[in-house]
Amino acid sequence: MSILDVKVADVEQVTEVVKHFTLVQENGEPLPHFSGGSHVVVSMNINGRIHRNPYSLMGSTANTDSYHISVRKQENSRGGSKFMHEQVKPGTRLQITYPVNLFAISKLGHRHILIAGGIGITPFMSQIADLNRLGYDYELHYAYRSPEHGAFREQLEEMCGKRVHFYIDSKGERLDIPALLKQQPLGTHVYTCGPEPMVKALHLHAENLGWPENHVHSEEFTAPPVGDEFTVELAQSGIEVTVPGDMSMLEAMEEAGAEPPFLCRGGACGRCELEVVSCDGLIMHNDHYLSDHEKAEGRSIMPCVSRAKCSKLVVNL
Amino acid sequence: MNMAFKQETFRDDYTYHNSAEAIRRFPFPFAEDEYMYSVNIEQHNGGEPGSVFEHAIDVDEHYVAECEDRRIVLEDDPNRYIALPHMMDAQWDMVELVMESLSRDYPDLFQLTRDGDNWHWINQPLGIDQKFVFGDEATLPMQPCEYITRQVQGDWIILDQRDDDLFADLGMVTSQADWSMAFDAGMSFKEWHGPVPQANELGIFDRALKYLLHLQYGSPVRRLNWTMTINPRLDTSPENYPFWGPDNVSVTPDNVGDKVHLRVELQALFRLPRSNAIAFSVRGYLASINDLTTYPRWAKRLHRVLTNLHPDLSEYKGLDNYRQMVIDHLAPMDDGEELALGTQPE
Repeated sequence: MSILDVKVADVEQVTEVVKHFTLVQENGEPLPHFSGGSHVVVSMNINGRIHRNPYSLMGSTANTDSYHISVRKQENSRGGSKFMHEQVKPGTRLQITYPVNLFAISKLGHRHILIAGGIGITPFMSQIADLNRLGYDYELHYAYRSPEHGAFREQLEEMCGKRVHFYIDSKGERLDIPALLKQQPLGTHVYTCGPEPMVKALHLHAENLGWPENHVHSEEFTAPPVGDEFTVELAQSGIEVTVPGDMSMLEAMEEAGAEPPFLCRGGACGRCELEVVSCDGLIMHNDHYLSDHEKAEGRSIMPCVSRAKCSKLVVNL
Repeated sequence: MNMAFKQETFRDDYTYHNSAEAIRRFPFPFAEDEYMYSVNIEQHNGGEPGSVFEHAIDVDEHYVAECEDRRIVLEDDPNRYIALPHMMDAQWDMVELVMESLSRDYPDLFQLTRDGDNWHWINQPLGIDQKFVFGDEATLPMQPCEYITRQVQGDWIILDQRDDDLFADLGMVTSQADWSMAFDAGMSFKEWHGPVPQANELGIFDRALKYLLHLQYGSPVRRLNWTMTINPRLDTSPENYPFWGPDNVSVTPDNVGDKVHLRVELQALFRLPRSNAIAFSVRGYLASINDLTTYPRWAKRLHRVLTNLHPDLSEYKGLDNYRQMVIDHLAPMDDGEELALGTQPE
């Protein structure tokens, strides 16, 4: 996997809980180009333990002198967002992966409806840059908790003009998803990023209204949930790894020296899928990649976010 | 590498030939005595100096002649280049990929100067000196992808990624082993692989597609594929079958070493940054049986692979008319010596 060495050029407090980071390449070269909706995985060394979190790239896809990411401080942070907020300052060195896009605009769509909830606005910031550049028809619907949580509102008004609509929860403003979907012409694609209930509601309403599945796009990165300690045996190498409660299975395998594949580390892409050889308990699937049927079968696990309630899990690695 | 570009033809009088150095670096694909499909994908991040894997895009002694052959094909049939309208970002990605790679890897032959979006491209072997504005179609003499793929060897198919699938929505295909861009345009990954025997049963396409959907920018990959072609003809397209199809029955025990060519495709896949599309390059290398048998190890290996080849694959690759003749020709060169794993000539 190709890695970029970057340095933090600027940190800006956007709202009480959101910080915006400007990253430049350490060697002074421009960063690689990317497409709207891409993310990078940021590596952080927190007290000797490597954390890797995915963050969407914001800002213009045309200017890659710097990358822009925004991080919301999570209340139940395992350390990643807390570290970004408290330890990362201008000059801090970080490593990031090359951009990956799991949330691309469908170029054959006739119209694009973007629905953001809270910090879920971030992937749309680069998508909008592309949509504007390409002259595509789009609307942005952005819902957030209260006026002081409306990150990037002014910037969005400038970028989107009349195409942006805001919904402020504390003022009783609600986005009516079914009504919005109902008025769209054939060939419209809808995209959402935000809290899980919002994503689920969108998929449900779209399905009820007969939208084709491939016109409904969402991106959700799950932080690896904490759980009970368990043991993983890597069948090919015979290595046994203990997964502590506050570590993901992927992190524990990496710390033990294994090099399992990964891409998004948020349960979205499926790259880290491992075949389950046996499990003497229950697999706790937390990903958005496997179907309900596949989860019930229990033949695969996404170690970036999923874990097991068992004494031993054996995987084919 | 021998950079004296050859004056040669891939049609009519077929003056194409390989120098001794070109034979030595030929990407012989058989590491074992038996061949069966596998995903066989590896990283394409450089290879041994002098080998065809050294650079992202290989330029060799046939460069000028191959570009000329492409020009002839396009003059006859402009539809060998196809671009669907939503692929314009990918077209510019292609311009960047090719110009950056060639100017970085062959600085004596190709030069690229950039001042913001103002680019200056010099291609010495083809005598091209072009100033243009990156992103502005009007500043190039033709569409960006057509412009740049006329200046590079091999076919290029650009795949749009959507709905967890890949679609062949842009391409320059003039040197193909009997498939057609016009026919496959807009098709999905599994649609255009439909005719391949055996592989689907092995679950290869499911795995390959999943792998490619996760292909990362900055981490290109490659694989080798192969078939055989009678005469050193690049344009073995279905469109022109009447011109080359009959050659398949022209092979005799006397001319087999000269006429039958192993055609190896170096297939490389690059994620493109702005469009999130994938560039799939298919670069064909041709070596006659006589070229290959200058190395006894290759003669023995090829003899065994062809003898053991599954009949379905032989039929799919179109070898049935002359495969036995090649085997008979190679048989006296194979003493049965055990060959270690590997594709090396010696």
